[in-house]
Amino acid sequence: MPHARILIRPKAGILDPQGTAVEQALPQLGFAPASNVRIGRLVELDVDDASELEAICERLLANPLIEDYEIQVDA
Amino acid sequence: MKVGVLQFPGTCDEVDALLAAERAVGAGNAELLWHRDRDLKGVDAIVVPGGFSYGDYLRAGAIAALSPAMESVAAFARDGGPVLGICNGFQVLCEAGLLPGTMLMNPSRRFNFRQVELEVVVADTAWTRAARPGQRLSIPAKHQTGRWYAPDALLQEVRANDQVVFTYAQDDRPNGSTANVAGVTNAGRNVVGLMPHPEHATDPLTGSADGLVLFRSPLEAAGVA
Repeated sequence: MPHARILIRPKAGILDPQGTAVEQALPQLGFAPASNVRIGRLVELDVDDASELEAICERLLANPLIEDYEIQVDA
Repeated sequence: MKVGVLQFPGTCDEVDALLAAERAVGAGNAELLWHRDRDLKGVDAIVVPGGFSYGDYLRAGAIAALSPAMESVAAFARDGGPVLGICNGFQVLCEAGLLPGTMLMNPSRRFNFRQVELEVVVADTAWTRAARPGQRLSIPAKHQTGRWYAPDALLQEVRANDQVVFTYAQDDRPNGSTANVAGVTNAGRNVVGLMPHPEHATDPLTGSADGLVLFRSPLEAAGVA
């Protein structure tokens, strides 16, 4: 059964409050400043039919209005 | 007129919604509809209440939008039936594709819970017919994921079709929503969703009865009131 990873990211230009919170936390821990911190989701799944993954993303895993997704299937 | 109030695992405002509906349509004329049930029991209007349906797993409202009851609600809405989504219910209706846009986390990352001033923008929807444009409503809002968002093209379409139903009154912006939107309607104007909670504002004893106007509106639309 093929193993797939779906990377789901907030679309460019959409304010990501979680990313902002992490960005602000880093200097507090003594790390050098980081910028453009964005927090998304990783979904891992084993599927019978990898050709369905795009439809699965469109219908359920991602909200296309606000999120981009990237499908990675292990060879 | 009978009103059905949907109940998912994790819904928490269904009793207030039921009582608010009963205040408008009379005791005994509102009932709960279980999420697994496709049978809408012949109700004339549906409220999708607030809470945290299915734990809001994946995205707020995403799983609830796929429930058997929502399949029936979608068909009911397509036939012109009045459907109101409140808070999590609004998120569910957006996820189900019955309303435009979606909700993002508040920029403050905080769960905001306070009374807000709403402005009624249009009064020609199934749920604002008893109100008038420009009317101010004092209604509590309580949410962390309430920043209504629509990409530019969709926002233009929503504005062109007068689908913005409620905005937060000036200087009272609890969640940074696009164009200060608090609630929207569909093209057919029978489905309305909003983040603040009219069902919690139905008695002057608890601060405001301004929310009742929404629950009275389907009666006017049906020519009952």
